[in-house]
Amino acid sequence: MSAIALKPPRARAVAVRRGIGRVALFLLVLAALWGLWEGYRWLWMHQGWTWPFVVDDTSLPPVQDIFGALFDPARVNGPLLITLLWHSALFTAKEAAVGFAIGAVVGFVLGVVLAHFNVLQRGLLPYIVASQTIPIIAIAPMVVVGLGNYDMPAWLRVAVIAAYLTFFPVTVNTLRGLQSAEPRALELMHSYAASRWTILWKLRVPAALPYLFSAFKVSATASVVGAIIGEAPSSIPDGLGGAIINFNQYYTLQPQNLWATNVIAACLGIFFFLVVVVVEKIVVRRPPEQRA
Amino acid sequence: MTMSTDSVVSIKNLSKVFGRGRLTALQGINVEVGRGEFVSLIGPSGCGKSTLLRIVGDIIEPTTGSVTVNGKPARRARLDHDYGIVFQSPVLYDWRTVTKNIALPLEMLGWDRSRRSKRVKEMLELVELENFGNHHPWQLSGGMQQRVSIARAFSFSPALLLMDEPFGALDEMTRERLNMELLQIWAESGSTVIFVTHSIQEAVFLSTQVAVMSARPGRIASIVPIELPQPREATTREEPRFFELVTEVRERLHAAGADEVREEATLQ
Repeated sequence: MSAIALKPPRARAVAVRRGIGRVALFLLVLAALWGLWEGYRWLWMHQGWTWPFVVDDTSLPPVQDIFGALFDPARVNGPLLITLLWHSALFTAKEAAVGFAIGAVVGFVLGVVLAHFNVLQRGLLPYIVASQTIPIIAIAPMVVVGLGNYDMPAWLRVAVIAAYLTFFPVTVNTLRGLQSAEPRALELMHSYAASRWTILWKLRVPAALPYLFSAFKVSATASVVGAIIGEAPSSIPDGLGGAIINFNQYYTLQPQNLWATNVIAACLGIFFFLVVVVVEKIVVRRPPEQRA
Repeated sequence: MTMSTDSVVSIKNLSKVFGRGRLTALQGINVEVGRGEFVSLIGPSGCGKSTLLRIVGDIIEPTTGSVTVNGKPARRARLDHDYGIVFQSPVLYDWRTVTKNIALPLEMLGWDRSRRSKRVKEMLELVELENFGNHHPWQLSGGMQQRVSIARAFSFSPALLLMDEPFGALDEMTRERLNMELLQIWAESGSTVIFVTHSIQEAVFLSTQVAVMSARPGRIASIVPIELPQPREATTREEPRFFELVTEVRERLHAAGADEVREEATLQ
């Protein structure tokens, strides 16, 4: 019956082949990046090139050292670095996920309110934009210290900082998305004597979904960055931010540890991004040419 | 447009002026549409036929005059869900399946789930899309999409159907087929239809009356009763009387100063 539920075998074969192609491309790009990194090292360190900047084993450690460091103990007789970072990543992921959720909800509600009240939109939007030009490092201590007075657990305060980075793209795209509904579709709703509320949920929000998910993709990675940065002023040692600060201090001795931490942080960001992509695939039903 | 006492739509002294008196789109419109009639509005581009349709549907307001539907002002009629609307584009919601698109007005009316699904099933059979209920709009051809749009408009049996060039974007073959289907649904529903079109043949084939409009300002120039036997068949288009009526409508259009329509008609 349905073309969606039962894909013909050929379509499935095409999908599988496309999947394999994607994995192959990913590996190819990974290998190319590896090659670039090592190529740069070789040219500059062994051929004596100096332009645009000189590198050595400290500023650009070998790739195999970075990945090797993950499987060495971070401290003598301590657990493997990857075990340590795994727990840090879980901690930061919790902050980022909660921050993302808070930011997405606040951003969406703000977008809906601004879309319905023109006066508010004109009055508040400049300040919302301004809020994003203030560096997060300037805001973080206020949030951390300020909210600390309310017995809020430290990780939740960091989540608030992550939310601060998350909400803005969601607000802006909610605004645009809600206004993207076709005029004819609005007239149709009008002819059904639909209330503003009904129009919002049955037409405007579904029409805004592709815009929302574009924002969620930006926000997903921003929330990870926000969580990592937010950990520093809170002096939280349990997350990736704590690990980065720690390994910063030993950079001249063990640069590969910091790089390894960066790799894990990047993986966490990619994971967040992919979760959004998967949810979008499930939730947003659009013609193929309208899919990102 | 009949003198019938049982009129569904009654338009009195209606005019519409856009942009502070710059453009008089409609002037001196007086129309009565009887229950169960199929009335086509035909006229040159810019004669205000779509504007008239939108005023009847309370999408825009007239400058002067009044529209009553079933004895109620247009606004009241809209709030009472008396209108079904079909636009030139199908205006389906991409995120809803065909079934859910047709069920949209029924949800608005607060029908419960089982009643909704029963009616949607009937409508899908009526427009011959039984096997496409779980498809999304973009998986259908343009003609199929417009059938879904028609099914949606008829689903809640509104008193008045407003159709704004619904087949204007379709090819001739699909158009003739959908003309037949529309007449079937109309006959079964007993609804009243106001139908805007550019095509003289289509207007004559479908309608019980054709209202010929003139441009600048838009007026009803004349009304041609189409007394072809019901139900109309594919062979109706080949009858001498059909051609006579097409000719009559065309001449009245020319008399109303509608040279544009002649060009369009020969292009078809």
